[in-house]
Amino acid sequence: MRRNHTTIGRRLIAAPYLVWAAIFIVVPLFIMLYYALTDDNGVFSLANFATLGRYKNAFLVSILYALISTVITLVIAYPLAYIMTKMPISTQRFLLILVMLPMWTNFLIRTYSWISLLSNTGIINTLLSKIGIGPLKLINRPGTVILGMVYDYMPYMILPIYTVMSKIDRSLTQAAEDLGANRTHVLRKVVFPLSLPGVISGITMVFVPSISTFYISQKLGGNKTMLIGDVIEYLFNLGPDYYHVASVISMILTVMILVCLFVMNRFSGDDEGGAIL
Amino acid sequence: MEKNNLIELKNVTLAFEGETVLDRLNLEIRDKEFITLLGPSGCGKTTTLGIIAGFLEPEEGDVFFDGKRINDVPAYKRQVNTIFQRYALFPHLNVYENIAFGLRIRKLPENEIHEKVTEMLRLVNMTGLEKRKINHLSGGQQQRVAIARALANNPRVLLLDEPLAALDLMLRKDMQNELKKIQKQLGITFIFVTHDQEEALSMSDRVVVMDNGRIQQIGTPKDIYNEPTNAFVADFIGESNILDGCMIQDYEAEFSGKRFACLDSGFAPGQKVDVVVRPEDVDIVPVEQGMLSGIVTSVTFLGVHYEIIVDIGGFKWMIQTTDEHHIDETVGLIIEPDAIHIMHKSEYSGRYGDYSTYSDEIDHLSDVEEDEK
Repeated sequence: MRRNHTTIGRRLIAAPYLVWAAIFIVVPLFIMLYYALTDDNGVFSLANFATLGRYKNAFLVSILYALISTVITLVIAYPLAYIMTKMPISTQRFLLILVMLPMWTNFLIRTYSWISLLSNTGIINTLLSKIGIGPLKLINRPGTVILGMVYDYMPYMILPIYTVMSKIDRSLTQAAEDLGANRTHVLRKVVFPLSLPGVISGITMVFVPSISTFYISQKLGGNKTMLIGDVIEYLFNLGPDYYHVASVISMILTVMILVCLFVMNRFSGDDEGGAIL
Repeated sequence: MEKNNLIELKNVTLAFEGETVLDRLNLEIRDKEFITLLGPSGCGKTTTLGIIAGFLEPEEGDVFFDGKRINDVPAYKRQVNTIFQRYALFPHLNVYENIAFGLRIRKLPENEIHEKVTEMLRLVNMTGLEKRKINHLSGGQQQRVAIARALANNPRVLLLDEPLAALDLMLRKDMQNELKKIQKQLGITFIFVTHDQEEALSMSDRVVVMDNGRIQQIGTPKDIYNEPTNAFVADFIGESNILDGCMIQDYEAEFSGKRFACLDSGFAPGQKVDVVVRPEDVDIVPVEQGMLSGIVTSVTFLGVHYEIIVDIGGFKWMIQTTDEHHIDETVGLIIEPDAIHIMHKSEYSGRYGDYSTYSDEIDHLSDVEEDEK
């Protein structure tokens, strides 16, 4: 009796979420599927897939950019998170706020700020020309796109790593020292393996949005580099005739992301899965 | 014999945020002894251990190991290993790798590591569990792995920080015996931290009683029990009746309004002292034969003996006896000279009262018993 009660209660509590998820997640996915698998007359068709080859490059560049920015983000975020955990608690809180601060500003605005920093007549170049260096070409380069992505997604790498790292029991690192481990040993043999779950969720949280990035590449890359996200946006903007192709590309991207999430889950699940067995 | 001090703490002082944790601590630890730091929580015993292990640095004073000053030697270079209160086993490694941790850092060849780990597993009776994950072990098994991991490094000193506190009573008794056995077998120094006086008395060669960041007494378990230096030690170790008294002359003391022969000397005539009488050292006799007499206010049956509270002129004594007595019975007490221990007055004098609060509790219990009759 009691048990039934709680399950009904739980269902009631979960209901709004389920409705929300159905309307805003499941239905759009089906609309996407519908467009991807029909032609202009609404008849089932796989013809849309034939056009995919044209966008191979955009796919490859997107994957490459996502990989590069994920690696750079990780390389910067990991030591930063580690150093943060060594600080006094009050400093840690302050640094955390600094990390999260940019997330409170819309990313369009932040991307525009980069333009005004990096453009040929921007703040950096104005300062540089005052001391006799250049104007340097800082914007509209592939590297600038990567910079924009790294900047944008950095908090999503720092936060999970920091959270996991700061929860590592201090007595574990003491125990390692006690057994003869110097700082490098402690980091390599205790802190790193125990922080892996944070690294994996950081990688997921950076790689997934990176691969579907758009806009940043248009504004900072000068339309020279079309990422797959830009392609999708471009095609949808062309009008209903292009919905089908755009949907196919979206579908492929969604599948890629799902595969990626699945692989990452296996990685992080391994530890706990092994523990439960 | 005085020369075989392995560790020496000299005037070690440490404060956390202005609060003194260790106050000019002097301690000499001998090679191959089982020494216990005993005291209530916050007395500084774990801090002392941290200083020896190298996790904490004293603000003043020196730490010597084998004659060398080691204040600046980091923890990972010290020849001591620690068993942590919650074991601190590495959750990402299995039993084998936990024990091999220190050996791998020293880059020993694989066959040597295997040999040592196997030997350690045998020592702690964990053979066959090499591949187990740490979180699949019971508390007792984790304890064993922690011991094996620490000992695999061949430390000269093993530090144990309340290692048995998390185990249930039965297991704790077993582990006490086992630790003692391992210490004898390996012939290394054990520095054991506990707040459990029974554990301290039963395991140690020497006990260091601490309170308030200061050492109150160092001695063998027998010394500590029979000859406590002050009211704190007398109260903390076992049960004690601590009375206000004064020395009449050598071998004669006065307390509870009577004079008693005792074995203590060296006090000034008329000097105020604290007198300790252990509950098991008092004999109960018919009133007319007693040196003191009082009224029984509570009786508790504890199996081996009764614990009774006797009110003598307002002071409630605890007495342990194998004979049955009844509440409101008037009894006589005999206190032999060797049952009396005289202590100098200290800052702790008068802080430990009689057993009146204690007897209230028991009064209540015995009331229930009477109701049932």
